Amino acid sequence: MCLAVPMEVTAIHDKIADVEIGGVTRQVRLELIDAAPAVGDYVIVHAGFAIRRLDREDAIETIKLFQEGLNLELL
Amino acid sequence: MNSFEAFKDPALCRALLARLVKEADTPYRFMEVCGTHTVSIFQSGLRSLLPQTITHVTGPGCPVCVTHESEVACFLELAARDDIVLATFGDLMRVPGPKGKNLKTAQADGARVEVVYSPVDALAVAAANPGRDTVFLGVGFETTAPAVAATIRLAREQNLKNFRVLSFHKLVPPALAALVADPDINIDAFILPGHVSAIIGAAPYGFLAEKHGLPAVVTGFEPLDILSALLEITAMRASGQPAVVNAYTRVVANEGNPVARAVMDEVFTPVDALWRGLGVLPGSGLAIREEFADFDALRLPGVSLPDAPPLAGCRCGEVLKGKMVPNECPLFDKACTPATPVGPCMVSTEGGCAAYHKYRLEL
Repeated sequence: MCLAVPMEVTAIHDKIADVEIGGVTRQVRLELIDAAPAVGDYVIVHAGFAIRRLDREDAIETIKLFQEGLNLELL
Repeated sequence: MNSFEAFKDPALCRALLARLVKEADTPYRFMEVCGTHTVSIFQSGLRSLLPQTITHVTGPGCPVCVTHESEVACFLELAARDDIVLATFGDLMRVPGPKGKNLKTAQADGARVEVVYSPVDALAVAAANPGRDTVFLGVGFETTAPAVAATIRLAREQNLKNFRVLSFHKLVPPALAALVADPDINIDAFILPGHVSAIIGAAPYGFLAEKHGLPAVVTGFEPLDILSALLEITAMRASGQPAVVNAYTRVVANEGNPVARAVMDEVFTPVDALWRGLGVLPGSGLAIREEFADFDALRLPGVSLPDAPPLAGCRCGEVLKGKMVPNECPLFDKACTPATPVGPCMVSTEGGCAAYHKYRLEL
């Protein structure tokens, strides 16, 4: 039930954002998010509310760490 | 591939799995406490790939499953009332209550039950049913409670007089505290729920490492998230330095989401709550504060928590504590199947029994 889906913000109207993932569009409320998202950001959506903005740089950094760690091991 | 898709990259997963197989040389049992983790571990095929030293145990992470027998009886009584419209997440529709009743059978008997995707949608149900009270069934953990709290605030802003919430929300850390205090629970580490932690952060789990010496990792739901969490646990066990680690930093801030918590705290206050299988746990539920009493369904005349006996033969309580593997239950795949569920763990797609039934790889 805590299933929450990352969706891309396509427009913002005050406390409501249009979001999209794989062609599915929805409107989500922004009262709970702690950092205002911008168009193009991904947000975690749960029960009609955006609850967190996904940190793209952090995701890239994490993947890079995995790749580096694993490459090192192959050497 | 975008940066988030990389978390299911097969090549990376295989490499991480190979490392896990190499490093996990001493056996341990880890528990996840999130229905989405349960499903993810099965669905990705990871469960059958884990090294033999690592045993996956599913815990009380499915909100529908931990909803107590008395709470189910309570909302079924509400459904039967002519002056009430129930609005609920779809997951609750087939949860069995006393005498084989559920919300589906109640609907067939004439009850007004509306399935909604968001609690906000229940406000429209209330507006469309002016002569009756619309009651939203507030079931869910810390991920869901802020959304329900924000909805109650919206109802007040809209001056909606016929909207109420039956708050049976539950809090994860008190359940973990109860689990690890049980001497019969044989768990060596935890994978902590990503979206609950997105709200509460990592600090509330500190006692797992500090008081009980158990490693615990907050992680996401992609195969790479789960594998890296297991690697982290394996490393902490090897070094003898258990800690609570946040490995889901792309979503979870260590301090959680203070805005969502403030909304939740404005509307709800912690209370002792009933959990299926675990009984009464202190401070583990959320009641609606006095200031929002007009939106509290428990304060409607005639609403109470009736005594309800455990479902005959159902071992969900044992399954939720990780004391019984679903297929050890005498009813599993006999009297109890997803088509004819005896207990909630077989009803909810996130339930341990339903996952075992759907993905029975090694049964």
